[in-house]
Amino acid sequence: MAMHTKNSPANMRPEGRKLNMKTLSRTVKMLFGFYPVLAPITCVCILFSAVASAIPGLFIQKVIEAIQKWQITGDWAAAKPEIVSKVLILISLYVLSIIAITIHTQLMAYMTQGFLMKMRCAMFGGMQKLPIRYFDTNKHGDIMSRYTNDIDTLRQLVSQSLPSLLQSASIALCVFSIMLYFSVWLTLVAVIGVMVISLVTKKVGGGSAKYFMRQQKAVGKTEAFIQEMMNGQKVVKVFCHEEKSTDEFEKINNQLYNDAYRAHAYANMLGPINMNIGNILYVCIAVVGGILVVTNAPNLSLSGMPIGVSIVIPFLNMVKQFTANINQATQQINSIVMGMAGAERIFELMDEQPEADSGYVTLVNCKIDKDGTITECEERTGQWAWRHPHSDGTLTYTLVQGDVRLTDVDFGYVPEKTVLHNVTVYAEPGQKVAFVGATGAGKTTITNLINRFYDIADGKIRYDGININKIKKSDLRRSLGIVLQDTNLFTGTVLENIRYGRLDATDEECVAAARLVGADDFILNLPEGYNTLLTSNGANLSQGQRQLIAIARAAVADPPVMIMDEATSSIDTRTEAVVQRGMDKLMEGRTVFVIAHRLSTVRNSDVIMVLEKGRIIERGNHEKLMSEKGTYYQLYTGAFELD
Amino acid sequence: MIRKLAKSIREYKVPSIITLLLMVGEAGIECLIPFITANLINNISAGAPVSEIAKTGAMLVGMALVSLACGGTAGFTCAKASSGFAKNLRHDLFSAVQSFAFENIDKFSSSSLVTRLTTDVTNVQMSYMMLIRTAIRSPLMFTFSIIMAYRMGGALATTFVVVVPILIFGLLMVARNAMPAFRRVFKKYDRLNESIEENVMGIRVVKGFSREDFEKQKFDTAAEDICADFTKAERIVAFNMPLMQFCSYFNMAFVLLVGSMMAITSRGTTVNVGHISAMLTYGMQILMSLMMLSMIYVMLTMSLESMKRICEVLDQKPAIASPEDTGNKVQDGSIDFEGVNFSYARNKNNLVLKNINLHIDSGLTVGIIGGTGSSKSTLTQLIPRLYDANTGIVKVGGIDVKEYDIKTLRDAVSFVLQKNQLFSGTIKDNLRWGNENATDEQMVAACRMANADEFIRSFPDGYDTYIEQGGTNVSGGQRQRLCIARALLKNPKILILDDSTSAVDTRTDAGIRAELKKFIPETTKIIIAQRISSVMDADMIIVMDKGEISAVGTHSELLKTSDIYREVYEQQIHTGEDE
Repeated sequence: MAMHTKNSPANMRPEGRKLNMKTLSRTVKMLFGFYPVLAPITCVCILFSAVASAIPGLFIQKVIEAIQKWQITGDWAAAKPEIVSKVLILISLYVLSIIAITIHTQLMAYMTQGFLMKMRCAMFGGMQKLPIRYFDTNKHGDIMSRYTNDIDTLRQLVSQSLPSLLQSASIALCVFSIMLYFSVWLTLVAVIGVMVISLVTKKVGGGSAKYFMRQQKAVGKTEAFIQEMMNGQKVVKVFCHEEKSTDEFEKINNQLYNDAYRAHAYANMLGPINMNIGNILYVCIAVVGGILVVTNAPNLSLSGMPIGVSIVIPFLNMVKQFTANINQATQQINSIVMGMAGAERIFELMDEQPEADSGYVTLVNCKIDKDGTITECEERTGQWAWRHPHSDGTLTYTLVQGDVRLTDVDFGYVPEKTVLHNVTVYAEPGQKVAFVGATGAGKTTITNLINRFYDIADGKIRYDGININKIKKSDLRRSLGIVLQDTNLFTGTVLENIRYGRLDATDEECVAAARLVGADDFILNLPEGYNTLLTSNGANLSQGQRQLIAIARAAVADPPVMIMDEATSSIDTRTEAVVQRGMDKLMEGRTVFVIAHRLSTVRNSDVIMVLEKGRIIERGNHEKLMSEKGTYYQLYTGAFELD
Repeated sequence: MIRKLAKSIREYKVPSIITLLLMVGEAGIECLIPFITANLINNISAGAPVSEIAKTGAMLVGMALVSLACGGTAGFTCAKASSGFAKNLRHDLFSAVQSFAFENIDKFSSSSLVTRLTTDVTNVQMSYMMLIRTAIRSPLMFTFSIIMAYRMGGALATTFVVVVPILIFGLLMVARNAMPAFRRVFKKYDRLNESIEENVMGIRVVKGFSREDFEKQKFDTAAEDICADFTKAERIVAFNMPLMQFCSYFNMAFVLLVGSMMAITSRGTTVNVGHISAMLTYGMQILMSLMMLSMIYVMLTMSLESMKRICEVLDQKPAIASPEDTGNKVQDGSIDFEGVNFSYARNKNNLVLKNINLHIDSGLTVGIIGGTGSSKSTLTQLIPRLYDANTGIVKVGGIDVKEYDIKTLRDAVSFVLQKNQLFSGTIKDNLRWGNENATDEQMVAACRMANADEFIRSFPDGYDTYIEQGGTNVSGGQRQRLCIARALLKNPKILILDDSTSAVDTRTDAGIRAELKKFIPETTKIIIAQRISSVMDADMIIVMDKGEISAVGTHSELLKTSDIYREVYEQQIHTGEDE
């Protein structure tokens, strides 16, 4: 069944419908890896129940033989022991089979969900380790669809297709050998029938797989279109574009319909076609068997029994069972093909190279003695040191001060295109360094390099004199607070969101941080104050309010260095005036990198860097830059253009 | 609700009905086959001549072929009917959303609309397919089989008196217990996926605070929680199989034991071998058809949730409807507000606009300024009738906005939204939203006015540059300027810029304003802004505060009369001049 899944645009399946055996074996291996005991038990149970549902054919034959034998005399009393004993064996087989089925279906239900959960967790855990580049270069909808659509196809695969395939195949095999046991000639007829069935399956099933793939693609396209339109619905209204977009949707919708109905038509037809080939096969065998019986033809069989009614009748039942199971197996093809396509995409995500981190310098709390020596300690002291083990086995501690120096840094998101050239920035402890420049000048890129979201191509970045490549990434980032223009909050209360900055912060500390940055007022006005639940990235808050929470979140983290990337861009200027006091307090004693459009926000910086096309073209404080009458001056006075 | 959805079947009623009929044919034949087969077997066991066997055989083959034709065709028509139904549903949903007013749009999150149009429709489609294939077939098969079983097996058929109630009861129990469990799970599952999305979107925050492990832990807990619930639900459903097996085995054992007794005692007169084998087949068919029915039941109830969500959209009445063609044309860009009160979601206790009275002459440049939540945007959104006022009248060109055809009104009032969006397609495609038939020259002119021409030309593909979904391959400021150009192409009488230049640098911002003043002097220009520099040269500045007009005047007037205005001004500008 389909699940209620979140939107997933760009849900592209790999082209082609070849079954990827590598992916299949990897999936199965993972399943067995997660459940080294239960998975084999399940297999055994499936096999057992398969055998148990094939063997009764043998006994039914014996019973019918007995009926025919005793029918002539009509002596039930004499026939009773023979028949009852056979039926009893049958019943015990049935009981065992039911037990086996119960066990394997229960285990399967348990394992399927467990498997999916472990896959999800493995995917998610792996994803957390991926570099930012992965998220920047992959569409979010596409990443999401791996968790929704692709996992769903796996669910179908593991819970139904694989066990059903195993079961059908083993039943068919059992029945096949019993058929050989009865009569080789009749079995030959059956084999020919099965060959016809597989031929048809290949043809029809192939068509269905092809169109299912196409359908999947059309679904992706439709979803992407719908998502875009739903997001821009207000724009559609403003431009009275309703009819236009409906027309456009109609085209895509029709395409989807065309692919979908073909895919389903093929899939739907396969069942009746194969079933009736089975029926015809049944008749053929009955006729052939009848002829053999009537003409008293010699039988060739493993049992050596002569051909007779008592063989033909159970044999016919076996044929039914045989073809039914073959059909059952062929029905799984589509879901296996889809499951493999899904699995491939899941493995693709899991196999992504995680963010490399060879850093060994860590961030620790410390105390400073009167003589200036630094000692590491467990509890929070408000003072931090870099714990730096050296190759010769010695250990040094460097006080974290927030001295960040970029020297001759070059960088490009792709190697062919350098976006930062020769950037040199010295930020001394406690300084406020601002980056100013047009969009795309490389302001945000510089901050991406400082916290190592991306690694520089050339040059050096040193943090308190330590090459940042030597610092463990998580520790480096812990020492840098960031507030971004696009605020992301998480589902949870306001308090929990603030605490995200430092997980062991007390309620009081969180409130104090909010108060510091001037967020306290509006939070208290929320329906439940700090306990107001935020959902969908704080949809019930204004952009400015979200930014205030994000700033409080960074404040509670209390890092020695802060990066504010357009942190106050959506806060209206009146509120900003309030916030500014808090921000100034927040920035006190910290090294701060500020990116802002509003020049009023940056003009009290110690150093202002004016960037243009990835190069620093001017640097200095406000007064210096103003007196130089360069780009900064023009920008700044641009704001004063009164006409 | 079902009747409402059924309306979307439309032209696919024919294939639906054909499917039903074909299914009746297939079911009938499928029930006859074992009957004839029993004859065949009796022929064989009675040692009938080959010609007799062949005759019955030929009949069976004929029936199989007919059944194949029925089943195969039904597979086709049914695919057509269900896919077509889904297509129509999507169409109806999409059209419904297109008819939404802003008020309706606010009610649904865009992602929930996407889910309704995709996953929910697919669920309904699958249920419908299952329904027309089996809803008639299974009960028919069941009845046929029971009748045949009684005719053939006579007393042997009493087995069904025992088995069928057990199975029905068991299946109902499973369905009843599984349903709520599944529903619970699906809700949680939605939330889990939302949390993944949140994580992906906020990955910079996660990594910035080194919260990878924390996030993983959070996720694992949620995933385990779902897994536990899901397993519970799946395990209930998993009882279907053994239950089914139990019934079929019971049936087999009973028929064999009692059948052989009856066959032997009656010396094959009342019951013979053929009967026994037919009973075994019919037994299977009866149980299978019950099983199918229970599956339909489960599917239908599961898709009930989807149906509800679809109907929610279809049931929405557009909050704003265009009046009968009034033929009114927008004469000029003058605007009047007369005693206007407004609240979102018609909540009278929470007025966001209070008693607004305002007159704006055509052709003026009007600046609106005020803090977050002062209802600046709301005020202007009443002009193109994106929302309707609770009480009071809004006039454009001297006529009540409700007296215009909506398209006429919105073509004359160009609104550049704060949260704006470009669509995937070339820049030209996007610009044509403003005017379908715009010539290249008109586009360039509009882009020049919006200060966009220069950067567009700097792209290798110029005006044919492809804009990615959401406009992610242009910068925020460029996006805003393209949106303004798009709005200008409408050649509007009134242009509203709702904080539309926030990401544009101040010089360009001023440039755009100068261009607008120069090239479209007739158009009333309303500029909502945070930056005071964006509005201070306007002919008229409106200062909004908490849903009320706090002051109106020119820059120099307001500096004297409005505290709020002066405060903002000093904060943004005046402090700058001190040094």
